[in-house]
Amino acid sequence: MRNHAKFEPPSSEITPEQRYLDRRAFIAVAGAIGAGAVTGLGFPGIAGAQQEPQAVGKPYGLQPDDKPTPWEDVTTYNNFYEFGTGKGDPVGAAKDFKTKPWTVRVDGLVNKPADYQLEDFLKPSAVEDRIYRHRCVEGWSMVIPWRGIPLADVIKRADPTAKAKFVEFTTLMDPRQMPGERTGVLPWPYTEGLRLDEAQHPLALLAVGVYGRVLPNQNGAPLRLVVPWKYGFKSIKSIVRIKFTDSQPKTAWNQAAANEYGFYSNVNPTVDHPRWSQATERRIGEFFKRKTLMFNGYADQVGSMYAGMDLRKNY
Amino acid sequence: MASDIITHTRFFGSNPVKEGEHYLGQWTLRFIIATLSITPLRQLTGWNWLAKHRRTLGLFAFGYLMLHWLTYALLDVQLDWGELVKDLAKRPYIMVGMAALLCMIPLALTSTRNSIRRLGGRRWNRLHTLIYPIAILGVIHYWMAVKKDITDPLIYAIVVATLLGWRVVRWRSRHGTPSTPVSA
Ligand code: HEM
Repeated sequence: MRNHAKFEPPSSEITPEQRYLDRRAFIAVAGAIGAGAVTGLGFPGIAGAQQEPQAVGKPYGLQPDDKPTPWEDVTTYNNFYEFGTGKGDPVGAAKDFKTKPWTVRVDGLVNKPADYQLEDFLKPSAVEDRIYRHRCVEGWSMVIPWRGIPLADVIKRADPTAKAKFVEFTTLMDPRQMPGERTGVLPWPYTEGLRLDEAQHPLALLAVGVYGRVLPNQNGAPLRLVVPWKYGFKSIKSIVRIKFTDSQPKTAWNQAAANEYGFYSNVNPTVDHPRWSQATERRIGEFFKRKTLMFNGYADQVGSMYAGMDLRKNY
Repeated sequence: MASDIITHTRFFGSNPVKEGEHYLGQWTLRFIIATLSITPLRQLTGWNWLAKHRRTLGLFAFGYLMLHWLTYALLDVQLDWGELVKDLAKRPYIMVGMAALLCMIPLALTSTRNSIRRLGGRRWNRLHTLIYPIAILGVIHYWMAVKKDITDPLIYAIVVATLLGWRVVRWRSRHGTPSTPVSA
């Protein structure tokens, strides 16, 4: 069932620096199709081109016309309900969020449960820069250069027992710092979950940075999940606990509206959200809509994990 | 290109089409509410000069609704006819919005002085009570459109309920049974 043969190159083989596509290379690609590249010149100053950090990292599953979404959009257009339900709320409300010290608990059905200081949690793994596609369940998308460690590393270290079938993630519960947690908009603390094989997939990343910088608070600092083939809300932010279980974890959005947000929530253009189509998406910064790709463009890498499953039922 | 201005000035944020759609929808509802406020305000304050601005406010509501709908059809769905039809057939919040839009058209068409004369004040007034179901449909549409946080639609619902409730109370106190007097 777990056949990742098509996933290449393996995460251990880091591609040489020269082959990394930087922003300039992306712009060259964009130039070939017109639009994008001209805009920065046509409207000087408005795209924030000056302070824009360079997008570094190895591209994973990008389409030829995918280029990194500008830093400003990535860091100001956020769904992070702990800091407000408006897209522009988190950047302000999370400004003073305290991410140091930070403890991550790894427990449940593992042979090596432990509470880690974040630094110790990260230390054994090599940090990687990876450029992923990102698709929100609301119908917009981005391309984001993440920095992080493979979730599979963490799982290997925790050494799950044979009974472990799922992984449950929990966000910090701190209503004093997170005003959203004082409202009833979602069941707090936010929880998410993956099947163990999904969590072990080499694409699953625990991110600590974006654009080569430390993760801004509004993006889920100091530690967040990134599962690029699933809708964005699966990529839980500000993680304090990773627990291994034998039954499917309860997840925040599924508890809030089970008919709209399933456990799997794989990006799937053929299964609509009850209130909107998932067939197309608007890439932030683009006007014309794009076709949404099966598993957000990662079908070759992840499709085999869902072979034989009714994806209409397991939405 | 105009589309570049829309997507790159950040005047409407990172997702200007959605932002614009929401902004125009909210202003539609605000103008509907303003229109509905005229009569109670007149009754409370005796400022009868307010009456002549009611139609203007109503036309603004219609204008914003048209822009809201055009943003949806042209910029959001981008005239994908299959998608437009599917939305209308499958998505209750779109049906409710369209029902409100259809009710609004006869009101906009009969907004001229001439129409009032032609229809006669009574019939014109009766036709224009359509604004009541429009307001209710507008709030329901808003409620259904938001993802999870219903704070804002709730506020609008309370305002619309108050404005319509005011009329019910007035009407009852004039036509209702004397055994249940209402102090209005
Ligand atoms: C009187 C009629 C209407 C009113 C008062 C109204 C008002 C609103 C409001 C207040 C919102 C939400 C804004 C927000 O979330 O901040 C909204 C959203 C929306 N409305 Fe309307 N609307 C009306 C009719 C329509 C019609 C006729 C259509 C299209 C057929 C439509 C399509 C939409 C869409 C697509 C959204 C956005 C949903 C999303 O967030 O994706 N509306 N409307």
